[in-house]
Amino acid sequence: MKRLMSGNSAIGEAAVLAGCTCYFGYPITPQNELPEYLAKRLAEVPGGVFIQAESELSAINMVLGASVAGARAMTSSSSPGISLKQEGISFLAAQELPAVIVNMMRGGPGMGNISPAQSDYFQATRGGGHGDYRTIVLAPASVQELADMTARAFDLADTYRTPVMILGDGMLGQMMEPVTFPSKKKERQLAHADYVLSGAAGRPSRRIRSLILDPKEEEEHNWKLFRKYQRIEQLEVRHETFLLDDAVMAVIAYGTAARIARGAIKRLREEGLKIGMIRPISLWPFPVKIIQQTARHIHDFFVFEMSTGQMLEDVKLALEGSGYIHFYGRPGGVVPTPVELSRIISRHYHQSQKRKK
Amino acid sequence: MKKVYTRPKSLKDAPFHYCPGCGHSIIHRLIAEVIDEMELQEKAICVPPAGCAVLAYDYIDVDMVEAPHGRGAAVATGIKRVRPENLVFSYQGDGDLAAIGTAETFHAANRGELITIFFVNNAVYGMTGGQMAPTTLLGQKTTTSPAGRNAARDGHPIKVCEVLAVLGGSAYLERVAVNQPAAIKAAKKAIARAFQHQLKKTGFSLVEILSPCPTNWKMSPVESCTWIDEVMSREFPLGVIKDSKC
Ligand SMILES: Cc1ncc(C[n+]2csc(CCOP(=O)(O)OP(=O)(O)O)c2C)c(N)n1
Ligand code: SF4
Repeated sequence: MKRLMSGNSAIGEAAVLAGCTCYFGYPITPQNELPEYLAKRLAEVPGGVFIQAESELSAINMVLGASVAGARAMTSSSSPGISLKQEGISFLAAQELPAVIVNMMRGGPGMGNISPAQSDYFQATRGGGHGDYRTIVLAPASVQELADMTARAFDLADTYRTPVMILGDGMLGQMMEPVTFPSKKKERQLAHADYVLSGAAGRPSRRIRSLILDPKEEEEHNWKLFRKYQRIEQLEVRHETFLLDDAVMAVIAYGTAARIARGAIKRLREEGLKIGMIRPISLWPFPVKIIQQTARHIHDFFVFEMSTGQMLEDVKLALEGSGYIHFYGRPGGVVPTPVELSRIISRHYHQSQKRKK
Repeated sequence: MKKVYTRPKSLKDAPFHYCPGCGHSIIHRLIAEVIDEMELQEKAICVPPAGCAVLAYDYIDVDMVEAPHGRGAAVATGIKRVRPENLVFSYQGDGDLAAIGTAETFHAANRGELITIFFVNNAVYGMTGGQMAPTTLLGQKTTTSPAGRNAARDGHPIKVCEVLAVLGGSAYLERVAVNQPAAIKAAKKAIARAFQHQLKKTGFSLVEILSPCPTNWKMSPVESCTWIDEVMSREFPLGVIKDSKC
């Protein structure tokens, strides 16, 4: 059955159906519908825990506690609040604890505004907090995908015992779309629960720590994490392509920007312009291969982001100097329309066709 | 022959790394003794701090998870809400709890979280080399208050128990010391009482423990113990600050 829901509420429902029993958060626009939904919903769940924390710092550390106690736990926020969560995210990565963190990005830096933006890409994909670690980052582009990826985020977090971030924006969080949920609640399958603290009954006591004073041991811990990240890079890349087969220009965009780009491409196709799209769904690990494969037959790439160009760097790294990169960015919470974007793409398209001749 | 004194079961057979005369080792032992006596080893989950006691998991033999500096109360909250049947306590210094972790502590107390905190007040930041703490006494010299703590510049020593006492969720607050045998006995009683409060679900419990740091006080262990009696406990009076029915 389809339900009409805001993206934020859909994450809440999907989380509960994925077996999430704990939510900790601090109010911030544009993600408030999520804690508000869960405040009600988790009260119906046996063992459900909802705390409006005193800060994002507290919230992420409550997540850490709930996670190490064996629960599926999540928190959500928007850009300024996510900055505060970075300390905890670094600890979750170091202590190898699963958790799901939602960032409904808004315009920044600083207080910025409450309009949709994509300016936290660096923070999300580069680790964000201190230390040599990575966070799996998923970028949905519809309410249905928000719901589906929430479930997947919890599974990924468990599989790799690592924090997973869902990177949306104010638009995705607040818009209403029809969404279907699984008909049954999923049971959590924890393959290795040997990190869970439950009291040392019938087994030796456990310690979960990230202080490793011996540099050699800390180095080994870093390499261990690194090997895990390599596995994730091999196995967990997700992307979608759109009208790429005959294209001579490939737009690369994620999340809301990809929706806008899709609209723009449809228009341009009607005008006969051969444009397709690669939409990264996992931002880390970044879909490097598909970009490299595409570069074998397409020269022109058009990166569109609601920022001054952050994913752009990953595209450059993927292309390793091959191809030509066009860029259009709208930071600060400005959301261009498909028509606006199609005009820009069209201009770049025609210029590069001319150049080729 | 009758054994009258032995290592508590909940205390690992490992030499402490603490300085001679440090209060942390006494406090660890007291906690371990109480855990044994109340048969709580299999139920206990401890959250050690960033501070000299960060390695508490090398000594106290219960499940442990390290919290980021100051976030002990938040981490303990997450654990306890998921596992209400467990005994959950954090162990925190005065920098950890009363500076960087003030908000977490205050709100955990106010929500009446069913956790226990052992708050080790040694009036300095021990681990980082003796800097001024929120509990440093007026006039007390530290590496960052070389001329002595000055109220106009540095504010006043914070009386954590008194502050938390006015909050609706706090059930048990007592200040003790570990500088002499009678005080140590009282400290042990307070630790047990705090656990009882948690088990009976009356609310948030915290035991503040005045604890010598001879290294950073630049005193001998004996002078440190005397200083707690003669100076420190004047600012931080010992005794029960709050004890709701339990
Ligand atoms: C975010 C952060 N800031 C600073 C530190 C450095 N640091 C480690 S312990 C500590 C304070 C220790 O003092 P206290 O809490 O009084 O405990 P003690 O060592 O005296 O037992 C500080 C500032 C840290 N680990 N993390
Ligand atoms: S520095 Fe102070 S608190 Fe730390 S171990 Fe030494 S005496 Fe104890």
